[in-house]
Amino acid sequence: MAEAPIELRVNGVACAPCVHPMRRLLDVLREDLLLTGTKEGCGEGECGACAVLVDGQLVDSCLVPVVQVRGREVTTIEGMADGTTLAVIQQAFIDHGGAQCGICTPGMILAARELLERVSQPGEADIREALAGNICRCTGYTRIFESVLRAIELERRQVSGSAGAWSKPGASRAR
Amino acid sequence: MRGDLGDFELVTVRTLHEACDRVAEGYRPLAGGTDVMVLFSSGKLAHPKWVDISGVDELRQVRVDEVTFDMGALTTYTGVRRHPLLSRELPMLAQAASETGGIAIQNRGTLGGNIGNASPAADSPPALLAYGAHVVLASRRGERTVPYETFHTGYKRTVAAADELVARIVVSRGDPRRVHYYRKVGPRRAQAISKVCFAACADRDGPRVRDVKIALGGVAPVPVRALEAERAIVAGEPFERVSEALGRAIAPIDDVRSNAAYRRRVADNLLRDFLRHVAHPS
Amino acid sequence: MATNIGTSVPRREARAKVTGRARYVDDVVFPGMIQGVTVRSTCARGRIRGIHFGEGIPWDEITVVTAKDIPHAGHNVVALINDDQPALADGVINHPEEPVVLLAHPSRALLEKARAAVRIEVEPLPAVLTLEDALAKRAVVWGEDNVFKEYWIRKGDVDAAMARGDVVVVEGEYATGAQEQLYIEPNGMIAAVSAVEGITVWGSMQCPYYIQKALMKVFDVPAEKARVVQMETGGGFGGKEEYPSILAVHAALLAKKSGRPVKIIYDRAEDMAATTKRHPSRTRHRTAVTREGKLVALDIDFAIDGGAYSTLSQVVLSRGCIHAAGPYDVDHVRIHARAVATNAPPHGAFRGFGAPQSLFALERHLDVIARQLGLAPEEIRRRNFVRQGQTLATGQVVRDDVDMAAMLDRALVASDWKARRARFAEENARGGSVRRGMGLATFLHGTGFTGSGEKHLASIVGAEGMADGRVRVLAASTEIGQGTSTIFAQIAADALGVGYDDVEVATPDTRDVPNSGPTVASRTCTIVGKLVEQAAASIKAQLLADGALTEPYDAPQLRAACARFVRERGALRATAEYRQPNGVSWDDEKFRGDAYGAYSWAVYVAEVAVDATTYEARCEEFWALQEVGKVIHPLLAAGQIEGGVAQGIGWTLFENVVWKDGRMSNDRMTDYIVPTSADIPPMHVLFEEQPYSGGPAGAKGIGELPMDGPGPAILNAIHDATGISLTRLPATPEVIFAAMERAGG
Repeated sequence: MAEAPIELRVNGVACAPCVHPMRRLLDVLREDLLLTGTKEGCGEGECGACAVLVDGQLVDSCLVPVVQVRGREVTTIEGMADGTTLAVIQQAFIDHGGAQCGICTPGMILAARELLERVSQPGEADIREALAGNICRCTGYTRIFESVLRAIELERRQVSGSAGAWSKPGASRAR
Repeated sequence: MRGDLGDFELVTVRTLHEACDRVAEGYRPLAGGTDVMVLFSSGKLAHPKWVDISGVDELRQVRVDEVTFDMGALTTYTGVRRHPLLSRELPMLAQAASETGGIAIQNRGTLGGNIGNASPAADSPPALLAYGAHVVLASRRGERTVPYETFHTGYKRTVAAADELVARIVVSRGDPRRVHYYRKVGPRRAQAISKVCFAACADRDGPRVRDVKIALGGVAPVPVRALEAERAIVAGEPFERVSEALGRAIAPIDDVRSNAAYRRRVADNLLRDFLRHVAHPS
Repeated sequence: MATNIGTSVPRREARAKVTGRARYVDDVVFPGMIQGVTVRSTCARGRIRGIHFGEGIPWDEITVVTAKDIPHAGHNVVALINDDQPALADGVINHPEEPVVLLAHPSRALLEKARAAVRIEVEPLPAVLTLEDALAKRAVVWGEDNVFKEYWIRKGDVDAAMARGDVVVVEGEYATGAQEQLYIEPNGMIAAVSAVEGITVWGSMQCPYYIQKALMKVFDVPAEKARVVQMETGGGFGGKEEYPSILAVHAALLAKKSGRPVKIIYDRAEDMAATTKRHPSRTRHRTAVTREGKLVALDIDFAIDGGAYSTLSQVVLSRGCIHAAGPYDVDHVRIHARAVATNAPPHGAFRGFGAPQSLFALERHLDVIARQLGLAPEEIRRRNFVRQGQTLATGQVVRDDVDMAAMLDRALVASDWKARRARFAEENARGGSVRRGMGLATFLHGTGFTGSGEKHLASIVGAEGMADGRVRVLAASTEIGQGTSTIFAQIAADALGVGYDDVEVATPDTRDVPNSGPTVASRTCTIVGKLVEQAAASIKAQLLADGALTEPYDAPQLRAACARFVRERGALRATAEYRQPNGVSWDDEKFRGDAYGAYSWAVYVAEVAVDATTYEARCEEFWALQEVGKVIHPLLAAGQIEGGVAQGIGWTLFENVVWKDGRMSNDRMTDYIVPTSADIPPMHVLFEEQPYSGGPAGAKGIGELPMDGPGPAILNAIHDATGISLTRLPATPEVIFAAMERAGG
């Protein structure tokens, strides 16, 4: 089967990699678009290290044939910061020990971001559920919960209405 | 990644009509990919021709009228959880959806894919069986509806003909006073394949059970209804008789996840717990 | 003037990790690089009769390497301790994942087809698949008797003590299963070979110098021609201590033959099935105790399953048997320890390294004894804790002024032990489907290599002034998530009297850094950190001696002095080499003396709920109290404990390796269950500090300690909740169900 250009937007930038339609989105991101922040931990949709947002929804990119994101907005870890300004959740992970070896961190941050956009005042139970598809072997999750809780607190204290806390301007919030 | 893209073809369709054409040509439907792409990654995907039906909007609708929920096969677990009426009136299906995988899987996995993949350990089938669902199969030849309890014919086999695909799943809205009981027993709280899955739905007349449907996953080659046990409950038989009847409905095995003795006992414990719950729903 | 140590400075590489910029081995592509895969044996033991390359594959395009391609002057051996493991199987197979053929090609997809087309014809031989069968010599598969190593630890006269009239003798047998490290980043390596530079490898690893040694042995090259560079490593836990040497050798063999850089990345299934796991264990206890609960004699038989080759088993055995008698004052101890061979893929290092296995048995056994005597579990321990001046099993005199009884009291208060147990007893009695209980474990964990191990390692750390006035730390210790780079910067900064950002920590590259030993054994902070402190202090001393700097000074002044020194003299360098502290002596023959320079001490408490409907045990809350000398970085230290407790909970309740014909049949993350965020309880971490002079600012090791407590604490809690005494890990619901059936429901 021939490769064909698949038009999509990644982190706000339009691109059209010429690939087989069944190529895993994970491989397109890492190998064709050279965005290596998204990781492969298992290839089975179990570990969440490959998690990205598609139109704001969390998915495991190892399970997505790239043709299915044609015309969509994909957000990876590389799209979280605004230039050199880290998103609040990223800074919280630094400040509160949310990352140890770092391999689960990109997927974990995106899962946290999806939660924070979906639920206005998540409690610890919401956080546990939201992150249950992202396996961390280093932290025991405790510092990750702490990082997310502190990020929620920080956002609450920021000027409301600002989209800047969680997303780059212009990134889609569509469901 | 052990799959070779060169061995595969993936075509895209936008309408149910086109999808049926492709399926008739030997393409198998691919939607959320949570089963197919795992096999692909591990180099174990045998079938070479796939049709991406994820863009067929008419299969994504959930239609509600006074008596039924008509759910398109592409309804995702997240879609079930977020639908205010579905989640309120079919709580077992919503619970099954919330206990399937994690958020990322729920955003992609579909009801049609789940029943079409026909794993005996799947989480939605017991709920659908206990709600007496019907499955609408579509093909170039038209549509036909089958009771879901006849859908699974053997391990990973269904009544769907080679040219048919699951189009919709229809569930009656049912008496709002009925009692729902769903319990998935797996190795951990999330991202787990169930060892035993138990779903039961009962209509009561005061303390008496007028009608009940009990369904289990993980204890037979297919998701099963425990018909004899249901009759025994309605007939007011003592627990031992009901339990024996349940025992005859299931055939659990030893496998990499669990063993037969455990599954059999837990199924029985869940039956007992369900009956306690029916007597005192709170 | 310590201002960095003791504070939670930002993790050195955190920004790179939270932005996705950190570069792990699979993120890197070299020009001309091709892929490599490994073809493995298909049975547990046998003789190779032929290797057949199937039809339909363009074999002439593919680089094929077998044992025959190992240079004549080199050795087909994975250099570690004993040289019994071949880099590639040659004529015989000893486990079902043994590497036989290596293939390289630009296309990974083609390689997978090629891999499947290689048929290794094996004439099977009888295999030994369990520890019991190995001990019983059902077949002899290694050496004369399947025993890799045997140790005896003897103290006092156990047999006489057992015969006393005033003791009760309690026996028990305990077992633990294999555990897969499951670092989320699988093993990977890139190798390139050039005539000028020799071999260079980049990859995921814990011990660059182990890899260098392995390359030197296979290729017969000097150290300067075997360069090893660590890349960002996504978790190790011991699973990347020795295994990466094999991967490096394989990648280098392919790179040499193909003339191209070669990348080998294991996928999850291969990594789980083929690489090392925690040694399964069996411990038999026979204990003489007075009716008041005073331990009189411990007679312990400790056996571990090492898999097909000896690798690190003798060292795991060593740590395991030394810890087998725990933190107690016992006059008579006999520990018989054996590591045996089976035809499983070799087992290897995993956090704790033998101690979790032996401490599980001891701490579980103590609760069994307590019950038999009618004593509370906390009481029997209180009556036996070792104190300063008393001796451990190897005769080591305890130097710490440790008060485990007081620590126990604090842990019991923190966990509300008495009130909860009383409440649970009442609730459990009322019936209902959930039974709750509390359990505890008290233990110790030695810092650094055992006995004379650190002396033999002779670790070296360097420090050098940079042109901009900052100071660079040079050590082979790797950052694998535990915080090495961060704490080295803190330690060096305080020793120099400068800020955290004034210190750089070099990437472990054998071209640039001296051998500070492997990143294992809870040694990095204490042993290597102490050397970092000394090397940095030496830089400061040189500047002061030179007159370039006078006290008191501030950070900018030191930086200016350093920059000027470097500019004028060309270099400012210091090294620090390990010296065994005075008064430490160890007899390797008799296994007596000072086993470890320092111990960390701990009391862990678990609250567990057992569901009578599903037989699931769930840890609902956990308290981890430990005395660790000095907390260098509070956030990192807590992170180590929390992460270790989570792995301990996994090992105890969830993680089960299902063996079939010697290989791991549940080799996917779907079927090998580690805890998710929904499974881990709230954890309370409490630190106490009694500085140890051999560690920087007094710090002792903490990396492995948290693995030792959860297993016994949780099983003791299950015993408390249900009256069921479990003696094996993991305690899965199936195991709990079977035990309840045997006990009569």
